[in-house]
Amino acid sequence: MSSSKLVAPELASIEIKGMTRHAFMMRSAVAAGSVYGLSTVGPFVSRAIAQEGGGDVDILNFALTLEFLEAAFYDQAVKNTQGLGAKNKKLAETLRDNENEHVDALTATITDLGGKPVAAPGVDFGKAFANEKSFLETAQTFEDLGVSAYNGAAPQIESKEVLGAAGSIVQVEARHAAAIRFVRGQPISEGAFDKPLEMQAVLDAAKPFIKS
Amino acid sequence: MRETIEPESGSALEELTKDPSSRKRFLGMVGGAGAAGAMAMFLAACGDDEKDKKADSSGEKKDAKGGGGVDLEIVNYALTLEYLEAQFYADVIKSGVVKTKAVVEAAKMIGQNEQEHVDALLATAKKLGTPAPKPKTDFQAVIDGGEKMVLATAATVENLGAAAYLGQAGRIESKEILAAALAIHTIEARHAAALNTIVGKPIVPDGAFAKPASMEEVLPKIKPFLVS
Repeated sequence: MSSSKLVAPELASIEIKGMTRHAFMMRSAVAAGSVYGLSTVGPFVSRAIAQEGGGDVDILNFALTLEFLEAAFYDQAVKNTQGLGAKNKKLAETLRDNENEHVDALTATITDLGGKPVAAPGVDFGKAFANEKSFLETAQTFEDLGVSAYNGAAPQIESKEVLGAAGSIVQVEARHAAAIRFVRGQPISEGAFDKPLEMQAVLDAAKPFIKS
Repeated sequence: MRETIEPESGSALEELTKDPSSRKRFLGMVGGAGAAGAMAMFLAACGDDEKDKKADSSGEKKDAKGGGGVDLEIVNYALTLEYLEAQFYADVIKSGVVKTKAVVEAAKMIGQNEQEHVDALLATAKKLGTPAPKPKTDFQAVIDGGEKMVLATAATVENLGAAAYLGQAGRIESKEILAAALAIHTIEARHAAALNTIVGKPIVPDGAFAKPASMEEVLPKIKPFLVS
């Protein structure tokens, strides 16, 4: 096969044999990843490795990290964005309040499950608040990322209650994303399906904003 | 041009990897994002997943048939809602009742999304069993009410749709179908937020946590649009 035309040719060289359900899924995952890019592998592979994962607490702590980031982002945006108009300031305040509620709810859920909530990461948003335009642009990236992250991780959640809570939060993230896109005059979505990301892809995308 | 890609097995995917022209066609169909392509694949994978389960006699604890049954019910429910939404936007656009150019564009885009949801859900339902028939709908009363009523109805339907998907998330047995449903759920939420903005409603009417709606809550609300 002409591997040069593939997005991820290294994946195409992997061969998986067997007729089982899992073998089929792995083949699909690898084919999807090699042709369409690594982010499409997430939904397949995450399922296959689900048994090895840290369970619901792990996923919730991952979500909590994202919410901390988003809450801090809007908190700083409201205070620091140069030339932030009244209407967009009000929108940022609504989103900040929502993200703070998500932080509280996730922290409480993790504690209820006997887990230890992660601490808020240190953040630096660079020049995001230099003007209204760069704030809105970064906000869109964050919200779209949040939607992908929840959608990618949710199928691995074991508890129906936790899944319901995650679903309830991701719907709000999607509404935020659409509101920001609307303000920016962007299409409210990229196509008819919100693309899920695997956890690592999400962490990588959020990395420039997290101080180690 | 629209095509439905329904790989019957892993070999269809291999063909995609091997054949640049088929790959190009596929990528062209899904547009730049490639998300719909991934969706078509995991929806296709779901179907085969179920088949494999049934063929596999080594008794897994989860009853494959039962799982397919619940998931088919949910997929058909979602399909019915999406049929209704897609037809709504098609009827609205055809009627010319919406005059604001930006709103017409938004309605076309949303309608296109709904049609893609129909295609994906129909393909999944076929893999699982018998798809729900396309419902006969009538939106004339809404259209006669003018642009304002059309937009208000669109907002109501999208908010209801988002709540409907959220209401089923915990019931879905297959993780792949759950992933697909979530990917559609957040699109419905985006539609709802945009339409809420247009009609002057809050983008998050339930606050920081969206509320789910059960089938029992949703079905009576779409009944006025159905013709028996």
